[in-house]
Amino acid sequence: MMREVATSARDEPVAVTAGPVRAAVARTARRPGSTRKRLELVLLLGPALLLFVGFVLVPIGVAGYYSVYDWTGFGSLQKFVGLDNYVQALTGKVFQQAVTHNLIIVALSLVIQLPLSVGMALLLNRRLRGRALLRLVVFAPYVLAEATSAVIWLLLLQPKGFVDTSLRSVGLGGLVHQWLADPDIVLYTLFVVITWKYIGFGIILLLAGLQGIPPELREAAALDGAGAWQATRHVLLPLLGPTIRVWIFLSVIGSLQLFEVVWIMTLGGPANASTTMATYLIDHGFKRYEFGYGSAVAVILFVICFVFALLYQRFALRRDTEGAMTRLAG
Amino acid sequence: MSPVRPRNSFAYLAAVLIVGITVVPILFVVVGGFRTTAQINAAPSALPDPWVLDNYTFILSSPNFWRFLGNSALIAVVATVLAVGLGSMAAFALSRYTFRGRETVYGLFTLGLLFPLGVASLPLYLLLRQLGMLENPFGVAIPEAAFSLAITIVILRPFMHSIPAEVEEAAVLDGTSRLGFFWRILLPLSVPALTTVTVLAFVTSWNAYQLPFLVFNESQNFTLPLGVTAFQAQYTQDTARIFAFTALSMLPALGFFVLAERRIVGGLTGSVKG
Repeated sequence: MMREVATSARDEPVAVTAGPVRAAVARTARRPGSTRKRLELVLLLGPALLLFVGFVLVPIGVAGYYSVYDWTGFGSLQKFVGLDNYVQALTGKVFQQAVTHNLIIVALSLVIQLPLSVGMALLLNRRLRGRALLRLVVFAPYVLAEATSAVIWLLLLQPKGFVDTSLRSVGLGGLVHQWLADPDIVLYTLFVVITWKYIGFGIILLLAGLQGIPPELREAAALDGAGAWQATRHVLLPLLGPTIRVWIFLSVIGSLQLFEVVWIMTLGGPANASTTMATYLIDHGFKRYEFGYGSAVAVILFVICFVFALLYQRFALRRDTEGAMTRLAG
Repeated sequence: MSPVRPRNSFAYLAAVLIVGITVVPILFVVVGGFRTTAQINAAPSALPDPWVLDNYTFILSSPNFWRFLGNSALIAVVATVLAVGLGSMAAFALSRYTFRGRETVYGLFTLGLLFPLGVASLPLYLLLRQLGMLENPFGVAIPEAAFSLAITIVILRPFMHSIPAEVEEAAVLDGTSRLGFFWRILLPLSVPALTTVTVLAFVTSWNAYQLPFLVFNESQNFTLPLGVTAFQAQYTQDTARIFAFTALSMLPALGFFVLAERRIVGGLTGSVKG
């Protein structure tokens, strides 16, 4: 879909500013004139632009403004502190821990969730009986609210709860841990919950990608003497590349902003062992009324995501979806 | 044929495993709602014996559950109507008008794809506080609509773009204005894409947690996700009721999903595929 947009866009001159409308270039050179067209454009685009600018772009800009003040949210902004909030965050131990936790989740997703999703998608791509039902079931956790999923797993993971008794009943009692109370384990427990919640999305995405690959290619590979593994490795996986790259993008952005599951299950604890950038942000910015400082953290989180998105678009996604992003950034 | 069979049975085994891991936690909660707290404490992973309906009837007769449900529905409907209404107008302008700066405006909207609401939640909270919109359902619905605009426009624009120019020319020959063409012809032709973006905007709002968590402090304003976590924290000693509450709160999302699965899956995979 995006590719189509990109190609159609390439034919048009890319204007830098939204200047006056040139009626002459209108595709259907209609007579009612440019005034009417301009009016229609204002009517059609105005409300959406207003909403988008007002509630997506302005808040992020305003955060940048607040971030150079020491502000508890009451009274006017008076204590200008320059970049102190940024320095404090970036050199603070807890925030650095939070960044590390986010990066661990990113790495675990790439190393564990990705191969798992690809493998499952390849297996489920066969003509299995009940595949439609399977798709439905696999996707179900993705549709549940993060909050609900978190509460479900809180119930499952209670000490002597379902997970513990199930492990004991199959003779794996030695594996039982304090899943959410042990600082060495809690992050990995949360990763399992996240995987449960999101793996279905990856599988479905990859299945859709696989179904876009013509079966003739596989057959041709087989005719050329490629085994099943070779055909998969050298034909299917490269063709699945664009889908995998999109999955990686979504997964990294999601992991960097991880909030709900952590907040509800552990509040970032015990002893900050599962803090993420987003829980740190809400903890300081919202719970402790450190609005100036919280805004600085929000800006940092925003910049990290933005830089990643930009670099990834430029170097990895470029071939697949020459999106508007790359052009906008030059 | 023979080399295929063992691999297929491996696939079935994997399928059963996935289904088990996916479904068992959900079923555990639903079935747990039919037990008493004493039963759950005595044997956490056993079946109900006897099955009791008390927990479910307690939740269903509590005004809070219905209030949360109503709040969620109101916010989701407002957010969806705003996002789809304004988004389709913008997508129409961006797909069937030629004007300078068109790609820049489109690029601006696609920026929104990169940031789920989470990044901006604290700044949004401060903005809403300034506007006096805390504890107000619109304070949640309007930003959610704004954040849903990106995906709405990214899905709708190519769809509207692909409707042949001849259709528009025929309408113009019949004396229809451009806006009349949009309203009477283009929108009805875009129903498949409109359904997809409607479902996406609705589900996103329905499941949202972070912004409602910041905006709503009084429990009478809570949405269902907030209600579930609040209930869980409040009734720690009454596990069975938490099970029932959680199970009931899953139902709308799961039911909606079963009805609209094709649209959700199609929308998500279609919108991110190249």
